[in-house]
Amino acid sequence: MAKLPLEGIRVADHTAVWAGPFGTLILADLGAEVIRIEPIDRHVPFARGGVARPPKAAVQKSGGYPDRDPGERPWNRSAGQGNTNANNKLSMTVNIHRPGGMEIYKRLLKVCDVVYENSASDVMPKLGITYEMLKEVKPDIIYLRAPAWGTWGPHAHFKNHGASLETALGFTTLRGYTDIHPSENASTFIADFGAGAQGALAVLMALNYRQRTGKGQFIELSQAENAIPVLAPAVLDYTMNGRVQGPRGNRDPWCAPQGCYPCQGEDMWLTITIHNDEEWRALVRVMGNPPWATEFPDSLTRWQRHDELDQLIGAWTAGHNNYALMHILQREGVPAGIVLNDRDVFEDPHLNDRGNFPLLTHRDAGTHRYPGVMFRMSQSDIRVRRPPPCLGEHNEYCYKELLGYSEEEYQELERMGHIGEDYPPHVLI
Amino acid sequence: MAEQALSDVKVLDLTHWVAGPYCTKLLADYGADVIKVERPGSGDGARRLGPFYHDEPHPEGSALFLSLNTNKKSITLNLKSALGRKIVLELAQRSDVVVESFAPRVMPSLGLGYETLRETNPKVVLTSISNFGQTGPYRDFKGSELVLFGIGGELARTGVPDREPVKLVSHAAQFMTGMVAASATMGALFGQRFHGVTQQVDISMVEVQANGTERRRPYILGYQYDKLLKGREYASAGSGYPSGCFPCKDGYFQIGGGARYWPRIVRMIGSPPELLDPKWTAPLAQDAPELKEEFMNKFFYPWLAEHTMLECWEASQVEGMFTAPLATMPDLLQDPHLAARRYWEDIEHPRTGKVRYPGVPFRMGETPAAPRRGAPLLGQHNAEVYGQLGYGKEDLVRMREMGVI
Repeated sequence: MAKLPLEGIRVADHTAVWAGPFGTLILADLGAEVIRIEPIDRHVPFARGGVARPPKAAVQKSGGYPDRDPGERPWNRSAGQGNTNANNKLSMTVNIHRPGGMEIYKRLLKVCDVVYENSASDVMPKLGITYEMLKEVKPDIIYLRAPAWGTWGPHAHFKNHGASLETALGFTTLRGYTDIHPSENASTFIADFGAGAQGALAVLMALNYRQRTGKGQFIELSQAENAIPVLAPAVLDYTMNGRVQGPRGNRDPWCAPQGCYPCQGEDMWLTITIHNDEEWRALVRVMGNPPWATEFPDSLTRWQRHDELDQLIGAWTAGHNNYALMHILQREGVPAGIVLNDRDVFEDPHLNDRGNFPLLTHRDAGTHRYPGVMFRMSQSDIRVRRPPPCLGEHNEYCYKELLGYSEEEYQELERMGHIGEDYPPHVLI
Repeated sequence: MAEQALSDVKVLDLTHWVAGPYCTKLLADYGADVIKVERPGSGDGARRLGPFYHDEPHPEGSALFLSLNTNKKSITLNLKSALGRKIVLELAQRSDVVVESFAPRVMPSLGLGYETLRETNPKVVLTSISNFGQTGPYRDFKGSELVLFGIGGELARTGVPDREPVKLVSHAAQFMTGMVAASATMGALFGQRFHGVTQQVDISMVEVQANGTERRRPYILGYQYDKLLKGREYASAGSGYPSGCFPCKDGYFQIGGGARYWPRIVRMIGSPPELLDPKWTAPLAQDAPELKEEFMNKFFYPWLAEHTMLECWEASQVEGMFTAPLATMPDLLQDPHLAARRYWEDIEHPRTGKVRYPGVPFRMGETPAAPRRGAPLLGQHNAEVYGQLGYGKEDLVRMREMGVI
């Protein structure tokens, strides 16, 4: 098999929550050796669970852990954070802020190509990690920082995760139902996705530049600035036309009808999009040429009487199985699709056929199917090569093989508390 | 002009609509030389989607098209003509990357399959962006933003419980596909230059969602772990308080509360002595409806009523809370932070004059993005690009008459 694109590239990963880990996940999926650099005297918020040791009763109720049980080492078992975006990564522990920690970290930097972080803007400087310091140790290092609002400016100290960030950026007022106030909109995480995907892109661009010139660089990704281009049409509608857009439900003005319609079964749905008369005629044919269809002969009528049309189509779909309808409609050339919930997505024949959702055995979480890789390549074997790492799982490899510490030194660092697999008992959150 | 990260990258762009153009725009905005090939006459389909400049439908006035095609060059070319095919191969020969977003059968049927491209240029990377991917049972299915997000993404959990699921903002799933396509393309290009591995990248919009972190990764792994099938929820349904998006003096303010943040919330609203009573920090205080009611009615709503969105935001951020004003586009365009960072960019275009656009997504210290050119007019670079290939002025006239360009 051909080499993976980033084979030979090593990343020091300081990320937490979703936005950062998703970025380094893409680099790991592309073949980079991504090492999570984790303190072990405390738990970084949302790095390996909402908290390090969640109460058993709470987990029983809300889930998020295998068999709704936090287990002996909950930090190795969190679906929400720790294990979500961690396939193909390694984990090494070091308390950078404790005596001896910085020395270990600098030794690691010498063999790294990229340092990647997404904490609040004051976190890394407090650890003593700045671009200047990194550059001194490794002159061609690529350092990407992705705080919510960037490292400077009036809101540089503001904390925002995906959900609240999207509200502050206008995403929330631009989606949802037209008849329910946007304050009731569920959280979406396009900004987290974007920070990860475009953060990985930034690193790849910098690697390309380094390959050509030998120079590394500092990259600042403000998650806010990074997400706004997704809203460009709404931004331009305001800056060009002064219009303040609002939500438009499931509709797009160039398709009629378009909607999400109920099907047989509990909370089962089918989406349909009609772009033109041909697709409309096919839909009418599949519906069995109902008499009312003649009242909607053209796209403008369908757009103007869309509410009415939704009722009629919904009454028809409600009697059918959504998979059956998708296949019949698609065969006739109508864009239509099932709506896959978190259980059924694992059963979909197409997603399975393309090798999604590999079955992985994780030391502390057991055997489950996992989300996989977003892209395929024709030569490199792009796939999940290893499950998410347990805390400190790769200490031996990192300290001894990579950094060249002797067994004696390794044991000393273990005694000093840098190396381990457990947070101290007092670490609850 | 300073060197840019992708000054040495040439891209042949055969994409249209949203996902593909966003992918190549990301490359163009950081310095890649992107030649966009459009269908003669009508061009990229996105040119006919609104909103339009001054609400006048015009192929050069679509905000969607204008924002997705900055920094690119446009040529027109009929790929179904023999000459069109020949020219595409000539362009591929001079490119590092070809990106296309046709249905999977189209490129091979045009005689432009990856093997053919590689015969012309053994080092060329091809990125193919499609709805369902180049293989699999749904390969030839049709899709749309809504349909594809429903199959791949978390549509089932977007919206409120007693209503139909409702999609993301405008073209979000397609933008996300473009982002991933750009990353994978740069990955493949790096692999080509670093290891000499030349290959095709297969991007499927449903797969990008099914394995992406717009909730799907954590949510489906959550189901695998706990077997709790969760549905849609009202934003105000959170258990800890105050959680949700609440009216304040001049708009709405979003906050996530609960036991962990309680001391910060008390400080945020000015530490009223009554809230120091131990009953508020008792183990089940956050689950007690009567305490929630007392807090909301007696303390929180009155505090909100006296503060603007920005005041609420600042008071909560001082305490390190994850909060936000419910912003609209004017709020965003007036945000003092983005202004101080000179985020917005005014871009000139013959149809619209100078208009304010979102800036580039990230800032590269050594290779900053240069000020961007507006999106190209349809076929604006025909003379330049075809001239470089050796086609003269008269050839262009013939090619136009023959329906090739």
